[in-house]
Amino acid sequence: MSAPAAHHYTTTGLDSRKIAIWAFIGSECMLFISLISTYLIYKGRSIVGPFPHEEWTSPDGRHFEPILDILVTSASTFVLLMSSLAMVLALSAVQNKNLPKRTRGERILGSSKLWLWMTALLGATFLGFQAYEFTSFVHEGLTLSTNLFGSSFFTLTGFHGAHVTAGVIWLVSLLAIDYRRGLGPADALNVDIAALYWHFVDVVWIVIFTVVYLIQ
Amino acid sequence: MAHDPAHTEHAAADGHAGGEDQHHPGWSTYWKVAVILTVITIWEVWAYYIPSLVASRIFVPMLLILSGLKFVIVVMFYMHLKYDHKLFRALFTGPLLIAALTGIALLFLFGQLVARFGPG
Repeated sequence: MSAPAAHHYTTTGLDSRKIAIWAFIGSECMLFISLISTYLIYKGRSIVGPFPHEEWTSPDGRHFEPILDILVTSASTFVLLMSSLAMVLALSAVQNKNLPKRTRGERILGSSKLWLWMTALLGATFLGFQAYEFTSFVHEGLTLSTNLFGSSFFTLTGFHGAHVTAGVIWLVSLLAIDYRRGLGPADALNVDIAALYWHFVDVVWIVIFTVVYLIQ
Repeated sequence: MAHDPAHTEHAAADGHAGGEDQHHPGWSTYWKVAVILTVITIWEVWAYYIPSLVASRIFVPMLLILSGLKFVIVVMFYMHLKYDHKLFRALFTGPLLIAALTGIALLFLFGQLVARFGPG
């Protein structure tokens, strides 16, 4: 890999890596909007339950409550939003690494390791919530093949969870670099690119939370 | 916490290699954004548990507006699109717009959205 200070400028004067991540995020918008559209097209068209917001009794007399647990998902949404705050603070800490830290507050805010750890842990916590949700849904009788809701729900949220997982791995790799040689202002763009990906994963969840969980 | 935002912005300018506009906000902006995002989320969840509000016609538009607001706030302040080069804005909003219009067209095509023209 080239040295962190090596720039990849284009004729626009912008770094090609940053242009690439924005182009990638643009293409990811298309992927997630297609998945959300598919979910909405199938919404309300399932023949058998369990359903997201309505009770259902099967022909053999089994009763199913509405399957979505809004309070649990609200907690996981809050966790992901706070991980975005931790991520911008990690980026800020890397950018300001060379500044003198006079007060305790400045030392805390200037610790890139602390904020990268926090972001990765919050991301992992979100994944834990998702694993709990998926497991409980399967126990309650909703799988990928149960009905149209199950298929579109697991595909959409599963793709999002895979993106969060990739983000956590990316953050852990940045942490490893930080422990090995320290991240400084010369690495700011690399951290910025990881941060853009992480915030994108967050904004996708903002839409999913409203469209899938809150709108009945 | 005593952290000089001007100091932060200056250092941010030194640390970036992207060639973009360099006025990133500091801690004071970031935590205010986090508080606003939290308040909007609490508002959304609170609305979900008010049956009369859920049954009303404003429920879905309200949730979509609040969600859109959160989306824009994160993109503008955490992804720094407000401060970055115009090309990044175009690279993000272009595909987003195309995908959103395609999604809306699909919802009309499959009958999940219906346009009503004229009385009745």
